[in-house]
Amino acid sequence: MVEVGRVVLITHGSSAGKIAVIVDIIDHNRAIVEGPTTGVPRKEVAFRRVTLTDLVVKRVPRATGSTALKKLIEKQDIVASWEKSAWAQKLAARKTRQNLSDFDRFKKMVLKQKQRALVNKEFKTLKKQVKA
Amino acid sequence: MSHSSRSSLLKPGVSRLSRSQVFARRALYKKKKVAGKKEAKPARHQRPASAKPSATEDITKDLKKSLLFNPSQVSAIKAPSHPKGRKALRPTKLRQSITPGSVLIILAGRFRGKRVVFLKQLDSGLLLVTGPYKINGVPLRRVNQAYVAATSTKINIEGVKVSTINDSYFKRESEATEEKISAQKVATQKEVDAQIISKVNEVQHLSSYLSKPFSLSKGQYPHQLKF
Repeated sequence: MVEVGRVVLITHGSSAGKIAVIVDIIDHNRAIVEGPTTGVPRKEVAFRRVTLTDLVVKRVPRATGSTALKKLIEKQDIVASWEKSAWAQKLAARKTRQNLSDFDRFKKMVLKQKQRALVNKEFKTLKKQVKA
Repeated sequence: MSHSSRSSLLKPGVSRLSRSQVFARRALYKKKKVAGKKEAKPARHQRPASAKPSATEDITKDLKKSLLFNPSQVSAIKAPSHPKGRKALRPTKLRQSITPGSVLIILAGRFRGKRVVFLKQLDSGLLLVTGPYKINGVPLRRVNQAYVAATSTKINIEGVKVSTINDSYFKRESEATEEKISAQKVATQKEVDAQIISKVNEVQHLSSYLSKPFSLSKGQYPHQLKF
């Protein structure tokens, strides 16, 4: 639900990939957001450039100031609970995978081969047990 | 009041109308040619009959004309030589991502896809690389940096001696020699390999990494990859 205090993930523009909090709702299409702990300056954002998360900062007065908002976010540990979520972890994993070097990709392949060998070995023994 | 010119400029040097459009608008073809008007004005470049050009002037003029239309003779005219030092060769600038010890991927030629170690830049601007030969079969070799993808992987090759190898090392040997590769070259290769392989073995997986060729799998696009 779009509401004051709702945490959103910004998907476009200079602060894409960062989370911010809705501070005020302008109309059906836009809101004012700010992320004082994540480096998102206070700005107007269209809802189509934003994805709503499950997180809400509680007790945010409408159009509250930066410092007050920052205090609330820190007190409710919003950033930590975002980073713990499966969604954020998936995004982070995607980012690290994109930044792998050629050698890193090779090492990943070697590890995956090892993993596959172990799994296949175990699978075969189990298969034999079932047949016997 | 006189009107402004028909073809104004869109931008300096670019007129709004083409030559044929201007011709159509000026509509000079509609005007009747007045007979006898030409006689009133004597042609500008005509010499009066009394001033005949001298014989030598005529000859040089003819010669110049013939040179203009006869390309085989034009080449005989010497072009002015460049001022001294104008064409001095500048050393090839090494790409920033390539430093001694970096692992490169060869993109073209017989060894395409091979991962090799960059040793140094030669005077000719080419890169001196080696497989090492023992690991992936790429000998000491020169490559143009355009045919190479630089990776961020670097091997510490401090203390590896390659100062003896220069461009003349790669000169073609005389055909008289029977053996395909001279014993001396084999020896240098072995010497360089031994030095590098000891460094390579310090890092886990690096040796097998160098031995495997680079390739793209499904959904991998080289412009999106980071090397």
